[in-house]
Amino acid sequence: MTLLLKSAIPRMDDDADLPRDLWPAMLRRMDEETSRGAASVPWFDWALAGGLVAFAAIVPRTIPVILYYL
Amino acid sequence: MQMRDEAGSVLDKFRQGDVDAFETLFRTHQRAVFGWVLRIVREPGAAEDVTIEAFWRIHRAHARFDPERGFEPWARRIATHAALDWLRRKKPESSVPAQMWENLPAPHASDAAVAAEIRQKTVSAFGRLPAKLRVAALLAVVEERPHKEVAEALGITVAAVKLRVFRALRLLRKDLNRMGITP
Repeated sequence: MTLLLKSAIPRMDDDADLPRDLWPAMLRRMDEETSRGAASVPWFDWALAGGLVAFAAIVPRTIPVILYYL
Repeated sequence: MQMRDEAGSVLDKFRQGDVDAFETLFRTHQRAVFGWVLRIVREPGAAEDVTIEAFWRIHRAHARFDPERGFEPWARRIATHAALDWLRRKKPESSVPAQMWENLPAPHASDAAVAAEIRQKTVSAFGRLPAKLRVAALLAVVEERPHKEVAEALGITVAAVKLRVFRALRLLRKDLNRMGITP
């Protein structure tokens, strides 16, 4: 079984060369992730905001209290 | 002595989140990480993407890095998991494209005896194995890496590597038997 597998799937070259420097691509990735991280709002923040709006709609008298604590 | 101090200083700076130190480590280790990832994903384009993903994970995890344990084994472990995730995301049928294997360097002389159809079916059956078994078999059997090295890269024990390889070969044999091939 081992021999069959080795025959079917040859070993990779030990000195497989990296075709290009990956640092520029790495920098792009870091920039993307950083801007994505800054722009995205966690789901629980949306849930909290939604809950507050719903609560204010159900009990409008609490709106000044909510605004006071914001 | 001075070089060792410099390396230690780079690792310490990296641990503190210094991007220049990260760049130094990236440039030093990108080739080794790419080579390791290529052994698992076996597609140069995908290996580049996985290498970048691995280094991104390394960058994010800088605070958890332990300079005592060395950068390379840690990076290799993260890269192995990134490659595993890539294999899991790929559909089983397309995960080991037969054409791609044929483009690889010429196999050993004894391989000439193996019929093309059997090779093709073996490659397809191997591609249907669960990713974690496939990686263990690829590294330990195909690439002939020491079990200890594979265990460190996967973050499991040597016994677990042997078990995964055993299970991979057993499943492969079963699948091939179903296709009428008796290895």
